[in-house]
Amino acid sequence: MVKKKSNISPALAKNIRRNFLERIIELVLMFSGLIAVLITFGIVYILVSESIPFFEAVTFKEFLTSTVWTPNFEIKNYGILPLVAGTLTITGVALLVAVPLGTITAVYLSEFASHRVKETVKPILELLVGVPTVVFGYFALLLVTPLLQKIYPDLSTFNMLGPGIVMGIMIVPYIASVAEDAMRAVPMAMREGSYAMGATRFQTAVSVVMPAATSGIVAAYILAISRGIGETMIVAIAAGQQPNFTFNPVDSAATITAYIVSVALGDLEHGGIGYQSIFAAGITLFVMTLSLNILGQWTRNKFTERY
Amino acid sequence: MAQKKEILKAESKNFNFHYADGTHALKDINIPLYEKKITALIGPSGCGKSTFLRSFNRMHDLYSGNKYGGEIILHPDNTNILDNKVDPIEVRMRISMVFQKPNPFPKSIYENVAYGLRVRGENNKRLLDDKVEEALKGASLWNEVKDRLPDLAYNLSGGQQQRLCIARALATDPEIMLFDEPTSALDPIATVNIEELMSELKKKLTILIVTHNMQQAARISDYTAYMYLGEMIEFDETDTIFTKPSKKETEDYITGKFG
Repeated sequence: MVKKKSNISPALAKNIRRNFLERIIELVLMFSGLIAVLITFGIVYILVSESIPFFEAVTFKEFLTSTVWTPNFEIKNYGILPLVAGTLTITGVALLVAVPLGTITAVYLSEFASHRVKETVKPILELLVGVPTVVFGYFALLLVTPLLQKIYPDLSTFNMLGPGIVMGIMIVPYIASVAEDAMRAVPMAMREGSYAMGATRFQTAVSVVMPAATSGIVAAYILAISRGIGETMIVAIAAGQQPNFTFNPVDSAATITAYIVSVALGDLEHGGIGYQSIFAAGITLFVMTLSLNILGQWTRNKFTERY
Repeated sequence: MAQKKEILKAESKNFNFHYADGTHALKDINIPLYEKKITALIGPSGCGKSTFLRSFNRMHDLYSGNKYGGEIILHPDNTNILDNKVDPIEVRMRISMVFQKPNPFPKSIYENVAYGLRVRGENNKRLLDDKVEEALKGASLWNEVKDRLPDLAYNLSGGQQQRLCIARALATDPEIMLFDEPTSALDPIATVNIEELMSELKKKLTILIVTHNMQQAARISDYTAYMYLGEMIEFDETDTIFTKPSKKETEDYITGKFG
């Protein structure tokens, strides 16, 4: 069948210049998006490739089961457990502070505070996010730990309790802000249903609004854990940088991040095993936060709001 | 208006309502609610019928700046429920409400119905079981859900969710039930179910319903009030309103010339 060519009026013909510009814009936008993805892949590549020589010298078994981490000593031991224990303990202390405080703040702001109070308090709270963590570190070392020593005189100058508490305070705005957004997104119709049954504001907040906002609140907690695990300066300054295998918060300890920063700052021979050990530690940290993100995604899907 | 021997359950007296933005939404409304009768509020969108209904359980208190004027008297207490000394929570415990869109809580079917009792501090398992069953039966939902009470309420269909909300409101033995266009989000079959249910419910309690559907008002209500632009144009027995209304505006609306 011969297709009859129709006449196209120049007024309706494709505008080559416009289409070309559109294509350029699309490419620029796509490239900008790709940069972030490429950098992520680059980080993973370097972490893996730099830690391969490390794992040729140290077995996986030793790395994961040995409870001694002494890369700078005469007799070198490479057991990551002390650093993981330090990381988990400090994060745990931080969560004990941040989860209750952050959740209560979110409930107050979303369900109780008047519009004016909310508009005043929220920016102040978010100001905490802007404080450099090095300031928090000295706050822990020079203020919180001495205060704790008044209650518990045997507490050493470097411990996990002080920095843990300070880290908790630092995390409160993250939890409060994300959880408050989640609670505010709960439709008014659901609150009205609760009030119409004769419920008080507190009953409505706890029995209706919070369950409805579960996925957002859990996301806030997971964000907080990730933030805690990745936190470096507070710990490096106030926790003592001694890799002890202990879960007791009054002991001094080092975390994965604190180890990386202390070793990376020293004079290390590039390519030596001490240098490579920071990549092995880094990959451990990466796996921990990655699993948390996956857990976060999973809970988000499991408790998706259906109102 | 032919006055029968009705018992007055509640009445609005020169009731006025101003929204926070200053809108004078209701002007001098006088409407009686007779005990164990269904009173329907009809009128075009924006005429204030939902605003009026929501005043009966002080829903407007949830938003600051709204102002009530005049009185809504609840009998037999002979108390103005808008008075500052009246606790809105006490009012809501006796006057419950079913909303336009089903709004079950993110809880199990059982806990949704038990909510009102739990809020009142009731934790006796056997009493709760009995009340939940009774309320679900009262909302003709029991047979459909009795084997899956622990399921999340969202797994029910829209019509079932609305009957669940009715069961939730019923569980606390209210004296008056407010229905704010309860079938507008439902299909015709679910609508018939809810209408039959309301006729059943009025044996026990007083009902005030807002509806956009004039046939619905004609089918189920005993009394009808026609409202327009924040004013109550006419109130009478439903038969009278739909057959020989005394006001021209009412007739125009009923016959579809307007609205």
